[in-house]
Parts: sequence; C-alpha cells; structure tokens
Amino acid sequence: MSDATQMDMHVDTPAGGSAPHKREAVSNSGALIQAAIRESFVKLSPFLLWHNPVMFVVEIGAAIVTFYVFADSIGAGTATAGGTGSSAVPFLIAIAFWLWFTVLFANFAEAMAEGRGKAQADTLRTMKTETLANLMKGEDVEQIPANQLRKGDKVVISAGETIPGDGDVIQGIASVDESAITGESAPVIRESGGDRSAVTGGTKVLSDRIIVQITSEPGQTFLDRMIALVEGASRQKTPNEIALDILLVALTIIFLLVTMTLEAFAIYSGQSVSVSVLIALLVCLIPTTIGGLLSAIGIAGMDRLVQHNVLAMSGRAVEAAGDVNTLLLDKTGTITLGNRQASEFLPVSGVEVKELADAAQLASIADETPEGRSIVVLAKQFGIRERHLHEEETTFIPFTAQTRMSGVDWQSHQIRKGAVDSVIAWVESLGGSVSQELNDLARGVAEQGGTPLVVSTDDRALGVVHLKDIVKGGIRERFDQLRAMGIKTVMITGDNPVTASVIAKEAGVDDFLAQATPEAKMELIRKEQAQGKLVAMTGDGTNDAPALAQADVGVAMNTGTTAATEAGNLVDLDSNPTKLIENVEIGKQLLMTRGALTTFSIANDVAKYFAIIPAIFMVTYPALGTLNVMGLHSPHSAILSAVIFNALVIVALIPLSLKGVKYRPLGAAVVLRRNLLVYGLGGIVAPFIGIKLIDLLLVALHLAG
Amino acid sequence: MAFDIARLVGYGIVLLIIAYPLGHYMARVFGGESTWLTPVLRPVERVIYRLAGIDADQEMPWTVYAISLLLFNFACFTLLYLMLRLQGVLPLNPTHAVGMSPDLAFNTAVSFVSNTNWQAYAGETAASHLLQMAGFTWQNFISASTGVAIAIAFIRGLTRREVRAIGNFWVDLTRTWLYIMAPICIVLALFYVSQGTVQTLAAQVNVKTVEGAAQVLRVGPVASQEAIKELGTNGGGFFNANSAHPFENPTPLTDFLQVLAVLAIPAGLTFTFGKMSGNIKQGVVVFAAMALLFATSVGIMYGFERAGNPNLTRAGADQVASATQTGGNTEGKEVRFGIEESALYGSVTTVASNGAVDGSISSMTPLAGGMAMLNISLGEVVFGGVGAGLYGMLVFAILAVFIAGLMVGRTPEYLGKKIGPKEMKLAMFAVLALEAGILVLSAVAVVTPAGLAGRLSAGPHGLSEILYAFASGVGNNGSAFAGLNAGTLFYTTTVGIAMLIGRYLFIVPVLAIAGSMGAKKQVPPSAGTFPTDTPLFVGLLVGVVLIVGALTFFPVFALGPILEHLLMHSGVLF
Repeated sequence: MSDATQMDMHVDTPAGGSAPHKREAVSNSGALIQAAIRESFVKLSPFLLWHNPVMFVVEIGAAIVTFYVFADSIGAGTATAGGTGSSAVPFLIAIAFWLWFTVLFANFAEAMAEGRGKAQADTLRTMKTETLANLMKGEDVEQIPANQLRKGDKVVISAGETIPGDGDVIQGIASVDESAITGESAPVIRESGGDRSAVTGGTKVLSDRIIVQITSEPGQTFLDRMIALVEGASRQKTPNEIALDILLVALTIIFLLVTMTLEAFAIYSGQSVSVSVLIALLVCLIPTTIGGLLSAIGIAGMDRLVQHNVLAMSGRAVEAAGDVNTLLLDKTGTITLGNRQASEFLPVSGVEVKELADAAQLASIADETPEGRSIVVLAKQFGIRERHLHEEETTFIPFTAQTRMSGVDWQSHQIRKGAVDSVIAWVESLGGSVSQELNDLARGVAEQGGTPLVVSTDDRALGVVHLKDIVKGGIRERFDQLRAMGIKTVMITGDNPVTASVIAKEAGVDDFLAQATPEAKMELIRKEQAQGKLVAMTGDGTNDAPALAQADVGVAMNTGTTAATEAGNLVDLDSNPTKLIENVEIGKQLLMTRGALTTFSIANDVAKYFAIIPAIFMVTYPALGTLNVMGLHSPHSAILSAVIFNALVIVALIPLSLKGVKYRPLGAAVVLRRNLLVYGLGGIVAPFIGIKLIDLLLVALHLAG
Repeated sequence: MAFDIARLVGYGIVLLIIAYPLGHYMARVFGGESTWLTPVLRPVERVIYRLAGIDADQEMPWTVYAISLLLFNFACFTLLYLMLRLQGVLPLNPTHAVGMSPDLAFNTAVSFVSNTNWQAYAGETAASHLLQMAGFTWQNFISASTGVAIAIAFIRGLTRREVRAIGNFWVDLTRTWLYIMAPICIVLALFYVSQGTVQTLAAQVNVKTVEGAAQVLRVGPVASQEAIKELGTNGGGFFNANSAHPFENPTPLTDFLQVLAVLAIPAGLTFTFGKMSGNIKQGVVVFAAMALLFATSVGIMYGFERAGNPNLTRAGADQVASATQTGGNTEGKEVRFGIEESALYGSVTTVASNGAVDGSISSMTPLAGGMAMLNISLGEVVFGGVGAGLYGMLVFAILAVFIAGLMVGRTPEYLGKKIGPKEMKLAMFAVLALEAGILVLSAVAVVTPAGLAGRLSAGPHGLSEILYAFASGVGNNGSAFAGLNAGTLFYTTTVGIAMLIGRYLFIVPVLAIAGSMGAKKQVPPSAGTFPTDTPLFVGLLVGVVLIVGALTFFPVFALGPILEHLLMHSGVLF
C-alpha cells in the first residue's frame, strides 16, 4: 500500500462489511459545488438542453421574455404587463431573471449529481497510468504499452507489477491488491482455473507470478466501463424514465395549449394577456420540478449503489432491482455464517460424553478447517485441553474425497471422524458392530438441519458430533421486512432437502432449493419468470453465468470469473452476497423518489393557478379577485411570487433528489398512504404557503410593483 | 328538501341494485358463458354469424379489431349520410321532411355514428319517420354496442396474459346488441307506452285546446327510440325539446326510469370489469370513484339550483321552497319535474355522455351549468357513455397508477401489467386529443366572426355556450347548453370535427393499449404491489381525474361560469 493515490481513495470500512465506503472525493463538497455552478451555465446550451424537453421550453420562454425586456426598454412606456396597468419593464426583468434561474437551478441539480460521479471517475483515472505489459510471444517476452493489448494476448505479471488489463489467470497463483477498485485493503488470491481466476487491470500483484490471458479490447476494460458508469457518460434513459418523459412532455403540450388558447378566451373577454405573463403562467404549470430533477434522481440512484461498492451496468438494472419479486439467496455466507460449527456431542449409550469429546478432539487436532477448529473449541468446554502429540507415535490421516473421513493413529488407536456411512463402513471393516442407536442419533441431527459426523475409536463407534449451520443474527427480521415488501426469498443450497428445510425454517425464508445445481437454479428462475415475476440472484462461478444472465437482476461477485461478471448486470465489488437485499432497497428508493417528486410537481399546479389566473384578469374583472384566496398583494407580486416559488422549489428539493426519499421496509399500501399524504397532499398545500410567504417578502422589500 | 335528498339517495341505491347483477350478467355474456337468455338467443346469434359469414371463434389482434370497427363505423356513416340527404324521396315521410344540407347531414351522421347525438336540427320537423327509426334508432343501437365492444376488448387486454388477441369485434358487437340492448329496450319501450309515451307511424294529431284554438301535435315512433336513447347513452330525442317533452317523458316515473336506464350499463360495466379481472374489488373501486364524482356533481347542481339567483330575491321574487312552490331557480325547468329531478337529470346525462335533457342547462345558475360542463370536460369518465365511460376511466386509472405508482418503490403496474413508454404514449395521446379538441376549437370559435355569430348571449355566458358545444362534441355527449345556434355551417363542421376527434382519436389508442397490455406478462400481486382495489385508490383516481380536468380547464372556466357566477352576485346578468 505504498501508492499514495490508493491510500486516500478510501477510509476504513465500518463494521458490517456492507456499509458504504465513503470515498474521499465526495466529502470535498465546496469544490464540487463550484464545479456544479460552472457546469450549470455550460448546460444552458440549447444543444445540451433539448434532451430535457421541459427545461428546454423554460429556456425558450426565458429567452422570449428577455427579448421583451430589451424591446420594451427601447420603446419604453408602451408596454404593460398583461393589462395589469403598471409599468412593465422592472416586472419583466424580474420574470426573465427568475426564468433563467429556473433553468440554472435544474442544470445545477444535474451537475451536482454528475459531479459526485465525476470525482470518483477522476480518482479511478489516476490508476490508468501507462503501465508496460510483458507480452508473451511464443517463448519470448516483449514489453509493450498496456493500452496496446488485444483480447487473447497472454502476459506475465510478477510480484510488484501492475496488472496491465482485464483477464483470466491461466497459469499460477498470486495474491493481488485490489483495493483500488474495491476499497478493500486485504489482498485476495487469484489462481488459474476455478472461480477465482479473474483479474482486473490496474490492480497489483503482491506475490508470486501469474500468466494472464487478456479478455478485453483496449478502451473496454472494467476500469474504462467503471469510469464511464460513474461519470454518467454511458447513461441511457431507462424505460421508466422514458415513460415518465412522455408524461412530462404530454403535460407540457397540454399546458402550452392551455396558455395559448387562454389568449383567445382573454381577447374574447375583452382583455389580451401579454406574452411574458403567458410564459410565466406556462412555466409555472409545466412540471418543471420533476423535469428539472429527473436526471439528477437517476444519477444519484446509481451513485448510491457505487457508494455501496456496487456497480450497475445500466440504470435499468437499478430499476429492476426495485421491481424484484423473488430473491434467490445462497445459503452459505448470506443466510448462514460461512461455516458449520460443532454444537453438541451425542454419545451412544455406554459411552461418556467426555470420552466422545476427547476422541473427537484428537481426530480434529490436525484438521484446520473451520469445522475441525470448532470441534476442538467445543471439546474444551468438557475440560479437555489442547494437547501436543509426539510426532513419533502419531500419524495424521487427512480427509480425502474417497474416504470422506479424517483422524489420527495415536498410541496404537485408530481414531476417526467423518460422514456417517463412511465411518460405519470403517468400523465394520475392523470387525466392530454399529448399533441402531447411532443411526438414530445421526438421523436426528440431520432432521434438525445439522450435519452429523460419527466419531470412532478402533472398532467402536462412540457417537455423533452435531455440526450446525449458524444462521446469521437479524437475518430473520430482514426476511420479514422483505416479505412485508412483497418479496419472496428462496434459499439456494447444496444441502439435502431435510437439512435445507430446517435451516430455511430457522432463517424464515419463504422457500428453498436443495441440492441446487446450476441447471436447477436456471429452471427455478425460468419458472418464476413464467409467472411474470422478476428474479434477482447472486453468483460468482462460471457455471452461474447463464443463470446470472437469465435473472432480471444478476449480481456478480467481483471475486468471481470474468464470465460471471459479464453476465451480471450489477457487480458487487465487495463480493458480499448479503448486499443483494440492499441493492433491492436502493432500487426501490430510486423509484419512490421519482414518484414522490412527480406527484409533488403536479400537485403544485393547483396553487399556482390560484395565484396567476386572478392576477391576470383582476383588473378587467375585479369580481375574479374572489379567486385570490391567498390574498396576494398585487397582480405583479402574485405572478412573480409564483414564478419565484417555482424556481426555488427546485433548489429546495435538490438534497431530497440526491439523497432519495426516506425508505422504510413496509408494505405497498402503507408506503403509498404515507407518501401520498406527504407528497400529494403536501404538494397541494406547500405552494399556497410558499407563494404567500414570497409575496409577503416582496411587499416587505418593496419589490412588489 | 329532505324529500329531495331522500329521492336522490334512493336513486343511487336503486342504481346499484340494478347495475351489480347486470354487470355480472354482461361478464357472462362476453365470456361466452350461458345465461338465462341463452336458450332463446343463441340460435339467433348463430344465424346472424352464418348469414354474415363470421367465424365467431376467430379472435383478432387489436389492429384487426380496430380496422373492423373503423370500417364498420365508416359504412354506417356513409349509409346514414345518404339517408339524410335523400330522405325527401325515401318512404315513410309523412311530415314531408326534406333532404338535409351536406354540412348538416355530415354533422348529424357523425353525431349518431359516434354515439354523440348532437342535434343541430329539430327532430319532429327535420327528420322523417324512416330516419327516426332506421337511421337514428338503429344507429343508437350500433354506436352504443360499439362502445361496449371496445370496453370489453380493453378489459380483455388488461386482464389477459401474453395474448395478442383481444376478442372478435363482430361477436362483441352482436352480443351487446342481442343479449343486452335489445331485450332491455323491448321491456323499456313497452313500459314507456304504458305511461303515455307515444308510439305510432302517424305524423300528427290535430286537437282543439280548452280555449277552442286548433293545435297540431307531432307524434311518431317515440317510445322505441326513447328506450335506446337512454340505455345507449345516446340522448338524441325524437323531439327538439327532448325529455322535457311530455310525449317523450310523460310522468315522474318515466323520468326516474330514464335516468336509471342512462347509468345502468355504464355502472354495470364497472362490475363486469371487476368480474373479468378476477377481482370484483377492482370494479367496485372504479364504480366508487365514478359514484363519488357523480354524487358531488348532483350535490353541486342541486345546491346552486336550490339557492337560485340572488338578483331575483333582491327584485322581490320568492325563491324559498314552500308547500305551494318548489322554490329555487325554476327558469327553464319543466315544472312537472322541478329542481331535484332536473338537477339529477342534468347531472346524469352530462356525466354519462347521454345528452338528453329535461330542462334547459343554459337557464341553470352559472355554477350548476358549469358543473354540467365540467362533467363533460372531465372526459366523460364519470360513468360516461356506454363502454366509453369505462375505458375512459381505465385510461385515467393507468395514468393514476403511473403518476403515483412509483411511490411504492416499483415501476408502475396496473392489474399486474407494467406500464411502459408505449402505454404512456398512447394514453397521453388519447387524453391530449380530447383536451386539445375542446380548447383549440373553442378558442377558434371565440375569435372568429363565424363562431361569435352563433351566440345568443354576450360575456361569460356566451363563452359558456361555445365552450359547452365543443365539450359536448368532443365528449360525445350531445347535450346542448341551449342558446347557441348550432345549425350554421361553422358549427355543423367544427362540432362534427369535435365529435370525430372525441370518438376516434380516443378509441384507436385505447385499442392499441389493449393490444400492448394483452401481450404483457402479468406480475402476480403481492404485498409490494401498488394496491388498486382499496378506498385509497378511489381517492387517488378521483384526484387524478379532477386534477387533469381542473388543470386543463380552470383558466377558461374562470372566464366562463366562475366569472358569470361572481358577476351574478354583484348584480350583472347575461
């Protein structure tokens, strides 16, 4: 960790593993805001803005009003604002000013959201320094710049060197420092074959020497994609965003028609309305709030994932995560702690517990697996201390897949522990006999979801060790929350159905898939999808790749193979399968934020009508003053207050759109009731108060004409 | 007054009692299940299919469904247009009605094909018996059946899974007509006759009045047309005075039956929808949203009519209800029906795109008249036209789900179908077409001499007259505010266009939505699904209907009915 740029990329991960890595750049908010302000002016360019039709209309409106400011200043005195009688120029200036601000505020929101990603991208770019690659050409090695590597090239990397590109280890084993990408400082092992063969360009080999086959073309490496993703360069609108855009454009057209035809009705009623006032009305009515914040919400959602060290390959994947109906969760590591632990010694009758514990401990002394360690630990509770065995009278028997047992030959005793049928066969081969009781004990353990190990000394089977899967604390509550949110959880395990069902019950999952093979997983996903459900799963192995690709949300572990990371649409840099649940929550929060601000934006219009319509016609028809329910000071102050409120509400909602609305794991009915109350009803009431306050302020500052 | 309110509540209860079983009956009919009428009607149905060469088992994708419908409607239009032009030389013309002018014939033919029944002519003098029976009454059946067919096809699209077909247009049309419209109308017509509604092929009756003067009373085949006029939410009366005429609507009982008949099928279809979706509550919610808007409308209209015109009180008129008078605003009311029934009738026929009237809407107090106009402007979704009301309201349900649905943290879905860009495009196009139709045509009318020439009144009341005409045309309602001279070339053409926009620019996107939704997967409901079968959704649906309507029409309403109301209170009348 001598590289300074890598050191300041992350701070220590808080306990819990899945907590977000706070990247340094994010905290540097002063510079971020400055950059965003600069960017909001750049984004005024119509060529950039026309992607956002709502704000584009506002910009055109602002330009027209600005034109009238100059035109009316030249022909001073001739203009009046919408028949409101008084001199129009200062009023027009104010309107123009605030319309430009409306656009700028929306640009600022987007720039802020993008800025956070950009800062992260800049840090990532520093990793893309020119490295040299040791390209293998037959027997020779040639040094070429890393960016000239093509797919299929083979490179040699030795300790201390930076890996020049993404690829799979095809020979050797090495410890690799991937902190630059994952923020995790502990080195990881990468080896040829198996599920841990993928290496990422820009990471560093700490020990040993490996040969890597490059799997990506220049400019398409993981790092390149990551930079593009966090920067928002490769951001495409999701189907839901497109649909929402259509709604917003249609509303904009409706309000264009409303304001344009209003001129005809106004002329009929004996009073024409100035173009500037119509534009002010139009801008207040079209959904500028959501139109201005929509892309910021989307970018911020992706960014929240990045802060969780998850990369979304598309915005669509984040949305799909919110929509998920079924979660396929790997038992090990997600639902249970990684390893089984010995929880009980069950001797057959005639054998003391202590004798069983003693034999089990002896059989496990050389067993460095977590299971073996846990037996030694449990045996200590029976007063059996760890012993040092003299080498000359001790032969350790290691576990093999064929014998399916391990143990020790010690002082002429043959002590063994292992799978039930293997040990029984072993005991019988030595001339011993096994009671029905032992079989019953073993079955009892299996029925409780445990794994039974039989322990024997010579031709005597002493009893059974209960190896238990330990369900993670709090996971049951988590599943209860998911159920309340309407999400079904399915546990995937290689265990037999009996064991699986017990753990499933203990953990509180809705369903389980026992003795799972990749094919069975695939079939399960297809079955769920045929019912119209969206399925999320995690995976890391090459044989997970088809299922990852089939799933609607496939979270690939970064430690996995290249095939897996390419098949998934989310990549978890921490390789923590539990995070699937957080991914779902982030997706939901993104959608909720979008919906809340849409509802708020549309509900806002009611109050704006009550501000502007009486203001326009009060001079000709004083009777319409009755509609001025807010009691606004004058026609000018009323229109101006509505326009100012409309602009300020965008600024006020930037933090909400970046942070997302508060997320609670509750059922849809409850969430809807709450959010409708806050953003629907609140959206109707808030502008009445806001516009009135602005009006009072304008009067107090003598700005109300 | 308490009696009035009791009667209004009673109406609601009777409506529910009729609509609920009728909805279930319709679900069985369109599901092809057997009903108690099947033994009699099934053979008839088979004969019709055989004669017309229809393969009843062959279902259509939405495109074929839409094209069949459009071609059929166009054929009906052409036939009716020719009949109108040539009625002078056609038989069954005892009143010697002459052929209509091209623009009036266009307007009238569009009007009856589009289930609008806007009448820019006076029925008793301008149309022959042949036209009244074979033209208008026939077309009343056809346009109403077309509406129901679309609604059923739309329901199929929403509720089916991964299927392209949304039904067979010819089968849906035939079944609506044969199993629903015809049987009910036979019973209704006979009952009307028993109450005194005329039904004869004679043209007129000459009578001597009590004062000894000679009077000519026009008569004709009224009862048969009256039955479908209400049941099919058509509204085109035999007489110009429509249901204010004693030969169309002789007794309070027929009046009550008429308002029941108008809403029976639109209300019933909500339950048909619930039944076909497999969750009756989905239908109950739609019914409840409609009922809530309807009750509000009746309440407002009754309230303002009851309150009357303050200027009359100032002028010394007594508008207070007493044993000897109904009180309130009685201008333009049939005294046989009074305020309560007029308010109910006005509400029922405007929410339901029926367009029949039993009193003058123009003579109502400004806000009561404005309410009638708002009922129409909301898109005729409060019960609405037969079929049209349901699919209109379901389009709003899709919008409501889309706007608020995201707030539960999932992309929006209705009945388990994801609402994507395509559906939004179609739904917004449909809504936009209606609103643009009303606003743009009205705006053109208020600034052109030809448009202004038709007004009877100036000021806000004149604006209401014009606005109402286009709202009525686009909403396929057909009721008139009265006052506007709709027979001019300008209005026959523009209102004709309005009716076409309102009908066909809505139908085609609706069928396209049905096609696109039908092909989608259906996500099974879970605790995380946006609930669309709860009281909360009723509120949300009502809110979206009101906000979309209110946001679009508030400015022009402010200059029309609202301004007139405010001016009335300061003593200015129009």
